[in-house]
Amino acid sequence: MSEIAEKVKAIIIDKLGVEESEVTPEASFTNDLGADSLDTVELIMEFEKEFNVSIPDDQAENIATVGQAVSYLEEHAK
Amino acid sequence: MELKRVVVTGLGALTPLGNTVSEYWNGLKNGVSGAAPITRFDASKFKTQFACEIKGYDPENYFDRKEARKMDLFSQFAMVVADEAVKDARLVEDNIDLDRIGVIWGSGIGGLRTFQEECVNFANGDGTPRFNPFFIPKMIADISAGHISIKHGFRGPNFVTVSACASATNALIDSYNYIRLGMADVIVSGGSEAAVTEAGVGGFNALKALSERNDSPETASRPFDADRDGFVLGEGAGAIILEEYEHAKARGAKIYAELISGAMSADAYHITAPHPEGRGAFMVMKNVLEQSGINPEEVDYINVHGTSTPLGDLSEVKAIKQVFGEHAYNLNISSTKSMTGHLLGAAGAIEAIASILAIQHNVVPPTINHFTDDENLDSRLNLTFNKAQEREVKVALSNTFGFGGHNTSVLFRQLKD
Repeated sequence: MSEIAEKVKAIIIDKLGVEESEVTPEASFTNDLGADSLDTVELIMEFEKEFNVSIPDDQAENIATVGQAVSYLEEHAK
Repeated sequence: MELKRVVVTGLGALTPLGNTVSEYWNGLKNGVSGAAPITRFDASKFKTQFACEIKGYDPENYFDRKEARKMDLFSQFAMVVADEAVKDARLVEDNIDLDRIGVIWGSGIGGLRTFQEECVNFANGDGTPRFNPFFIPKMIADISAGHISIKHGFRGPNFVTVSACASATNALIDSYNYIRLGMADVIVSGGSEAAVTEAGVGGFNALKALSERNDSPETASRPFDADRDGFVLGEGAGAIILEEYEHAKARGAKIYAELISGAMSADAYHITAPHPEGRGAFMVMKNVLEQSGINPEEVDYINVHGTSTPLGDLSEVKAIKQVFGEHAYNLNISSTKSMTGHLLGAAGAIEAIASILAIQHNVVPPTINHFTDDENLDSRLNLTFNKAQEREVKVALSNTFGFGGHNTSVLFRQLKD
């Protein structure tokens, strides 16, 4: 697993209070990991802070699973 | 339309003297001080370096980590005491219609720590707004009532009253009136506050409102003592389940006392100073008695606002003498803030509980830390100095007054059929 993927996983575990085993690439934040709309906003903000990126709202809407977050950040992280 | 009667059927407390109602009462009757050096932040540069904090509170004993992170401490406190009171009143076991249970809570300030932290984070950044999405819903005072209703499914009237240090008493009075009018069968009322933060202590220090007796925190809250020098900031919460009398009787609920009256008034005088003659305090006590229909001579105990400030204590006593005349000398009067410190918007809740428990146990909790008589106070008054006093308490009055000149009083009576 890439360093980015590791960090993404750690943030999700911390913010959503889920078990590590639940954080699979296919896991959806809202359907599988119990996030509500505010949790999702908070996650995106944590990703922005951790990886020093700015994720525009229209792109954030497409980040619904763990895997989607990792690929977006692998592409855009500085 | 005939107004309904309102009784108390459950209690919950999280106070500087103890984290349950029974621990709180033990502290009260034994005259324990809840004051100690501040642990919530480094107060070494502050004029006041002590407070009445909750002891041994670990959110993980009550919430999962994710849940706790989304709640300011004042909401956590609200949830904890509401749980204790709901269990005490057996609301769940007795399968009460959730549409008929409301939550009317009080908080003077709301999520002060959350507000402070988010503003500090922004100020330390480069101007890019990165406010947490939970910032607003953690901070707003009314969220406490929202959380309680969400957890328990109570779908009746739901809001929070804000009147500084009178907040929780306003919540009790509103709850009382809604039940009297038949708008709910049960209301979870009370108040919570968690303002022991840099902004809270610094702000009250700037007002010169706090005691600065750093060499002796436990004797700093000394209402009616000649050397009192301000109040001691406290934190915590109290919950009181108010219920329509016939409803409580029908389900065989344990009834602590009856709430027979609640009144409000304004000083219309100054933003922080009390009226020097206690005009608003006089009016609120006069009104609470008149509305109840009882005679002033029936009151046994007054749990006063008595914050240990030079001006406030004097004006309240003047008002008591004016309202009660000769009977003022037969009353037991005490300020339990001498032990708990001043819980601001939660004060009215924990002091109502002290008054209810005084009725239940026939014990008047003391005004501790009396060392020197104040020559401006009438020495014939029984201010219940230093030790609890046994006495039959049939009727207890609880006063709370708030910055802005808000005055509130509630009157509890031993239940009569």
